[in-house]
Amino acid sequence: MIEKLMNIDRRIIFILVALAVIIPSLLEVNFPITVSQPTRSTYDYIEALPPGSTIMVGFNYGPSSLAELHPMAKAVIYHCFQKKIRVIGMTLLAEAATLGDNMLKDVAAEAGAVYGQDYAYLGFRPGATQVLLGMGTAIDSVFEADYAGTSLAEIPLMADITNYEQVDLVLDLASGSSTEWWITYTNTRYNQQIAAGVTGVIVSQMYPYLQTKQLVGLMPGLLGAAEYEKLIGMPAKGTEGMSIQSFAHLLVVGLVILGNIAFFIQRRQGE
Amino acid sequence: MELIGIWVAAMLTLCIYSFLYRDNPFYRFAEHLFVGISVGYGIVLTYHQGFKPFAWNPLQEAVTEQEWIGLVRLIPIGIGVLFFARLVPSQGWLIRYPIAILIGVGSGLAIPNVMRADIFEQVHGTLAPFAQIHAGELSRFQIFGVVLMLIGVISTLTYFFFSVEHRGVVGGVSKIGIVFLMIGFGSAFGNTVMGRVSLLIQRVDFLLHDWLHLI
Repeated sequence: MIEKLMNIDRRIIFILVALAVIIPSLLEVNFPITVSQPTRSTYDYIEALPPGSTIMVGFNYGPSSLAELHPMAKAVIYHCFQKKIRVIGMTLLAEAATLGDNMLKDVAAEAGAVYGQDYAYLGFRPGATQVLLGMGTAIDSVFEADYAGTSLAEIPLMADITNYEQVDLVLDLASGSSTEWWITYTNTRYNQQIAAGVTGVIVSQMYPYLQTKQLVGLMPGLLGAAEYEKLIGMPAKGTEGMSIQSFAHLLVVGLVILGNIAFFIQRRQGE
Repeated sequence: MELIGIWVAAMLTLCIYSFLYRDNPFYRFAEHLFVGISVGYGIVLTYHQGFKPFAWNPLQEAVTEQEWIGLVRLIPIGIGVLFFARLVPSQGWLIRYPIAILIGVGSGLAIPNVMRADIFEQVHGTLAPFAQIHAGELSRFQIFGVVLMLIGVISTLTYFFFSVEHRGVVGGVSKIGIVFLMIGFGSAFGNTVMGRVSLLIQRVDFLLHDWLHLI
């Protein structure tokens, strides 16, 4: 029995995980969400900004991390538009250029935001370090035109924005090392306030920066999206996903416990 | 058109997930398609968002508007072109110059900022709360957290200190460090599980909602 359990075909586990996700999806279950302090700090910071403030959003994730970061991006940007906070989007990753553009357009259409007045999208420029440092001097030295090719001088929103001094917060939505780049080159050098929304895989690496206040807030993966949706009172994909997630987590915890029990029994039998 | 897009995405999703059963031609087709599209997309975007605005347009303007100062761009462009010297074996040594410049500039920019962001700020963040304890600003629970963090930092650093044999006091402290490391790895594993399951949830949502209209 123990032998069988230890040599279980991994495909059975895949089927169990698939069922743990598919069944709750069909049943449309909902669990309550508790908001953690790092997500609340991000929300509080944005909530405290007066109308007309400016947030720069870095869409630094590709399609493989879209599931975790798109719901978060949607919630935060919607909150900004509601508060009449201006949003400047950009990316340091080539594969994220279209994702960021589509996301801003979708949320703007929902919130009634106007391109050029309430938001602008600068797109992608290669060379992350040079981009981050260059924007500290002059944003238009790096992005002379927006993603659609319109000169920044022709975009009303950019008229009074020269560099980070006019940007009240940078929100980095990241699946890689970009948050560390923002901290290293933008927070350290220009004292720019930074918040981050990152994938579950890298969130553990970000907590030290939160503790030292190099990050004003941190949102962890789909959980961060669900928490932010709760804070703005607009449950969406993040909230739905986290309810389903709980079933998959219960299964994983159960399998880990079962695997450990079987391992220790087998070891004792061996002795 | 949107319907075709949904069907293509659904088929490719199933092709990729078929790998969970075993490696097969459908999976390999989807994988190669993904790699090809990613590279093609990256090249086109880098050309339009990088090469054109930073190299081609300034040079073109310099020549057409006779603003000869713009030709100064030829210096960085020329250095960049040296990367391709590798394609000519007899001139391959020329690649050392752009690499040397890249490493030199990169290190010069990174070292002071990384030192400040990752070492000085972190040391300050570990020790600064003790001043708050001294000023009586922290609750008992917060003081416990501050002390625990200091123990964690010192014991984990001791674990990675290999100049002294890990015996006696050093061995004991490094074992405490292992406990903190394990907690860290456990936290990272838990978050990774959450991340990976999120990806599955999004794909299942796409298949059940957008493709099959079951939810």
